[in-house]
Amino acid sequence: MLAESLFFSAVLFVIGVVGVLTRRNAIIIFMCVELMLNAVNLAFVAFAQVYGVAGQVFVFFVMTVAAAEAAVGLAIIIALFRHKPTVNLQQINLLKG
Amino acid sequence: MLLALQQAQDAAAHALTGTAAEWLWVVPLLPLAGFVINGALSLFSATDLGPADPSAAHADAPSAHDSGTAHATGGAHGDDAHPVVRHRYAGITSFVGSAVLILSFLLSAVIFWQYKSIEGTVHAPYVQTYFSWLPAGDLQIDAALMIDQLSLVMLLVVTGVGALIHLFSVGYMREDPGYPRYFAYLNLFVFFMLVLVLGANYPVMFVGWEGVGLCSYLLIGFWFSEKANADAGKKAFIVNRIGDFGFLVAMFLMFANLGTLDFLQLQAATPDLVAGGALVTAICLFLFLGCAGKSAQIPLYVWLPDAMAGPTPVSALIHAATMVTAGVYLIARSHFLFALAPVASLTVVVIGALTAVFAATIGLKQWDIKKVLAYSTVSQLGYMFVGVGSGAYSAGIFHLVTHAFFKALLFLGSGSVIFAMHRAYHATHSHADAQDMRNMGGLGRYMPVTFTLMWIATLAISGVPPFSGFFSKDEILAGVFARARESLLADTRWLGIPGNFVLYGCYVLGLAAALMTAIYMTRMMLYTFHGPNRTGETERGHLAEAPWIMTGPLVVLGILSAFGGWLNLPALLPLGPIGLLEHWLDPVVGESALRLTHGHAPELTHSLEYALVGTAVAISAIGIWIAWSRLKPSALVPAAQAKPEEGFERVLAHKYYVDEMYDRAIVQPTYSTSRNLLWRGIDIGLIDGLMVNGSAWFSRGVGWIGSAIQSGQLGTYAWVLVLGVLAVVGAVTLR
Repeated sequence: MLAESLFFSAVLFVIGVVGVLTRRNAIIIFMCVELMLNAVNLAFVAFAQVYGVAGQVFVFFVMTVAAAEAAVGLAIIIALFRHKPTVNLQQINLLKG
Repeated sequence: MLLALQQAQDAAAHALTGTAAEWLWVVPLLPLAGFVINGALSLFSATDLGPADPSAAHADAPSAHDSGTAHATGGAHGDDAHPVVRHRYAGITSFVGSAVLILSFLLSAVIFWQYKSIEGTVHAPYVQTYFSWLPAGDLQIDAALMIDQLSLVMLLVVTGVGALIHLFSVGYMREDPGYPRYFAYLNLFVFFMLVLVLGANYPVMFVGWEGVGLCSYLLIGFWFSEKANADAGKKAFIVNRIGDFGFLVAMFLMFANLGTLDFLQLQAATPDLVAGGALVTAICLFLFLGCAGKSAQIPLYVWLPDAMAGPTPVSALIHAATMVTAGVYLIARSHFLFALAPVASLTVVVIGALTAVFAATIGLKQWDIKKVLAYSTVSQLGYMFVGVGSGAYSAGIFHLVTHAFFKALLFLGSGSVIFAMHRAYHATHSHADAQDMRNMGGLGRYMPVTFTLMWIATLAISGVPPFSGFFSKDEILAGVFARARESLLADTRWLGIPGNFVLYGCYVLGLAAALMTAIYMTRMMLYTFHGPNRTGETERGHLAEAPWIMTGPLVVLGILSAFGGWLNLPALLPLGPIGLLEHWLDPVVGESALRLTHGHAPELTHSLEYALVGTAVAISAIGIWIAWSRLKPSALVPAAQAKPEEGFERVLAHKYYVDEMYDRAIVQPTYSTSRNLLWRGIDIGLIDGLMVNGSAWFSRGVGWIGSAIQSGQLGTYAWVLVLGVLAVVGAVTLR
């Protein structure tokens, strides 16, 4: 059971990473980040089955942080969109040195 | 100062303690005070230029190419209906500048009598220690002055001749806009010269040595607004650096091997040295390199003729009577070393003899009256080195003293001539050369006092009895001859040549130099004072004798030149007390002199001595006769119409092209190396290019790469992040 859960978690995480690296739409990238967080949550829950309840406590923390991050991240995307009417991150390079 | 004097009193139980010799420190301090006062006046007047300042009136002084009085007499002259324009502080400067020297001389004379009165009971030199100057580990150097018989002689010459030349300067420089500056420099020179001769150890002496070099530089380039004069000053300074390097190396060697630089301690330490060994020979040769620089010997003599760019009294004081003889003094002072190094002593003799002849030949064909005297000085300095090198220390010092008299007289006389010539040319607004003998002629009619005194000096330098130069020159020649017959030097081989051959050769060279000295000096007198006048029709009326303030010192020097020989009469001629100077110097140099002559005074049979004297007199008579009969002043034309010389005369007139050779061999290569390698290659290429600008380019390149990484693309950052994580994870797991 643990192996399958971890495998599934890894697959989700990689999908999230690939999505972050390859997609350009800020919303999709954001969703992929959420996917990675949830993949980690899955791994925590799976480990909690074997090593005790601490993993599940961590999941609550991660969900809390993810909720906060969703709020802040979506706010940033909206602010960006107001600044420049696009969510394509290739066109947003204000930090270029 | 008081404390130091107290210490000196406690330490010394010398017979001079409690006498006027306690005031020894005042002797150099007086000229220093003069320097401070005159220097302050000079600075004070320089801050406030205005119509009242003579400097402003002299702004359009004619830039004649003579260096003698172009600026000194740039203004108007008293004898031509113009008022004499003097510096506003001329009065106080004249008083202070001369008074300090006269006081210094009087005090020196008092100390001399004190010393003389105790002589015979205590021979020890009198040392005054003021404070510990360089207490650095084993190196303990005191600021100390010392008087002994040798430094007293120098002390009297420096202050005595110096005072006369200061008085002469009052007249000669009277209209110079830099009048206080001139006296400040001159006073400073005397101060350093006194430090040089009174110093009780080599470093203190070296301070004076460098200081007189500085003052020489300042005074050669006194009229620095003309580039040639400033260049001459630089040349003197730079050439002297080579010699000073030798002096320094000699000091290092002495300290490293003997552990002291004090004259008395060194003399006590000489038994540690291997006689004739490599060490003492090296020390002496390096010391002599210093002497060759300061005293203008081959190969470093080239600066002295150029030094004539300075005011003529400066040439008399610094470049004839005192500073350039410092090298002779240094060797006499280092007698205890040279007596142990026969090879080095022979080198001194050979270089001296060669210089004497070499410079004399150049002097034969110079037209500038000061250049003749300059080469004559180089030649006579060579004589002195022949004397001190061969171990005839007292003869060398004797010639130093008489030379100070007659050469100062010759230079001041030529200054008087140039003064008159320049005044004449200035009055008629002519731009002819006031120093060229071809423009003179027949001046004896216009300036009888200068004329007479110059003849006395000429006879003295030519070696005509009974003038002073005869005795000193004869003593040197006889000394060399006697030592060629039998001495330590004669038994030594010099570069494979037996020493007695070398010394006989140098004796012959000395005779040749004496012959040429007589010729060129007579030539100078003939062209300057005899024959028809070539100054010019209108100018002739303005020729006149110099004022009394200038002729007065000339008269004193004339008396000294005529009778200076009585300081050290040879036993041969029953004219008075015999060998005063030699006996006086005997406690200092006698032992070393005896060491070089196998422990007994060199003896010549009376017939041989008569023969030597006869030869010397005959040589000078022949020289004068040759010049008198062969040279026709009436055939000369003024410089402007003169044709250039041909053949060997041309080589002589161009001073053997030595300056040109040095220029090609040393100056230009140095210059091009500096320019092409050091400046263009290292400075511009390596330092500016590679290191300064290179580091800027490097930073810029690194920055460019860094800024390229900052793309602003989130995707890129994410990639870098992921790759970084993968790298870390990979490194951790695969380890």
